[in-house]
Amino acid sequence: MLKTQTYTLNMGPQHPSTHGVLQMVLELDGERVVKAVPHMGYLHRGIEKLAESRTYTQFIPYTDRLDYVSSMGNNLGYCQTVEKLMNIEVPERAEYLRVIMTELNRIASHLLFMSSLAIDLGATTGMIYGFRDREHILDLFDMVCGARLTYNYIRIGGVMADIPAQFISQTQKFLEDFPEMLKEYHNLLTGNEILYYRLKDTAVIDGKLAMEVGLTGPCLRASGIDYDIRKVDSYGVYDRFDFRVPLGENGDNWDRYMVRMDEMVESAKIISQALAKLPDGPILANVPKVLKPPVGEMYHRIENPRGELGYYIVSDGTTKPYRIHVRRPSFVNLQALGPVCKGLMIADVVAILATLDPLMGEVDC
Amino acid sequence: MNMTQQMLSNEALQSLQEKFPEGMQIIGEGAQQAIVVEDQYLLDMMNMLKNDAAYQFNMLSNLTAVDYLDYLEIIYHLYSLPLLSTVTIKTRCLANQLIVPSVTAIWPSADFQEREVYDLFGISFTGHQDLRRILLPDEFKGHPLRKDYKMPIQGERGA
Repeated sequence: MLKTQTYTLNMGPQHPSTHGVLQMVLELDGERVVKAVPHMGYLHRGIEKLAESRTYTQFIPYTDRLDYVSSMGNNLGYCQTVEKLMNIEVPERAEYLRVIMTELNRIASHLLFMSSLAIDLGATTGMIYGFRDREHILDLFDMVCGARLTYNYIRIGGVMADIPAQFISQTQKFLEDFPEMLKEYHNLLTGNEILYYRLKDTAVIDGKLAMEVGLTGPCLRASGIDYDIRKVDSYGVYDRFDFRVPLGENGDNWDRYMVRMDEMVESAKIISQALAKLPDGPILANVPKVLKPPVGEMYHRIENPRGELGYYIVSDGTTKPYRIHVRRPSFVNLQALGPVCKGLMIADVVAILATLDPLMGEVDC
Repeated sequence: MNMTQQMLSNEALQSLQEKFPEGMQIIGEGAQQAIVVEDQYLLDMMNMLKNDAAYQFNMLSNLTAVDYLDYLEIIYHLYSLPLLSTVTIKTRCLANQLIVPSVTAIWPSADFQEREVYDLFGISFTGHQDLRRILLPDEFKGHPLRKDYKMPIQGERGA
């Protein structure tokens, strides 16, 4: 009598496709996944606990280390929450600089998504191109704040420093070159038949499932649900820019890839509008050196490259926060992994992980 | 087209208050407004907030807890995609009786966030299908985000 049985395979925490240290326990029936259980926490540093013994300003560098490929967004979300709690008005120039930096960061983050997707599916060349161009953006950030990854640039009440003289011309040069770069990626990856058949119609998350598991960001929009916080709950000066929210139809891997590729174009549009309208003036509001927000609490969210990034701050009126909670999009998005992996081939698990694009620094907090 | 989200309107709040005459209380103002509900009414109210056409809060945006020493507060930030409105719901449990009903049956997306609260605060969610630690190792002792948590000195760390 022939007998079949399922077996368990540990994927990660030391697996290149997990983009960090995520462990997935896969129950397999041959090459098909019966059940996938993610285990996280390998990078847990207790940032929320650390926050309780730091002042409000001292916490900003910690936010850099959450989603460490889009630190500008993390800075922004946190600073805006404190500003909302304290009713701080941010100068116009700082608002525009914030938009420029976070949108540049969105492009950098999506380029990294594209690169890691390419290499996970075996297309090493695609990876090299994405990293090459992301480097231009990191150079711009280096010029502005002296850091390539952990910027600590956006501060409560404004930004840390004004842009150097050559920043605008260099950014414009990047924006000019960007359509050419995109063309190259589309030639290399989008037009690649192997990539297409690996991504098309695999790991479909329909709108209903996407809402159920709490997806946000590009992953949710790939399932056809029009939810972009920059539009529905506009923050900063985002309401002054003209941009489109790209949506997918099927919610498969392909749509999650295409939505991000299209988002980069929209981000580039926002940056060039912001550069054109960039007003003169101060870059930092008159904020007291010692911050003591009034007793109260505030929840504020922004659209980070990976989804809804929310900060919940409880103030007891002292210089240190009573509690800070970070709603990390990658953490909540990972809930999709279990339901969507069911029935997939093990090779497709790598693809779904790449298109869900969780970042472990943020998942583990 | 730009739309802005809004807080739950006063009429909507009032009709909610009529449906839950006892066990519910509105606190705070503006962006800090919240509804505090007693835990025995929590699921009824959440069900209504999600499924009633007047509210349609189909997204559980954020779920977390705060330790206020003698009691702990669980905070739910809800969002309605069709109506573009938002509301904050809170429920409390005493520090010596850390049990709260789980909302995973209403919003399955509460799964990981409830596990996180369980892990870091020690609050048990009744009705949660898979309540176990999520960030810390299974053998970890204590719940670090509680205010009375003491960091073990070096050498005692770990299990």
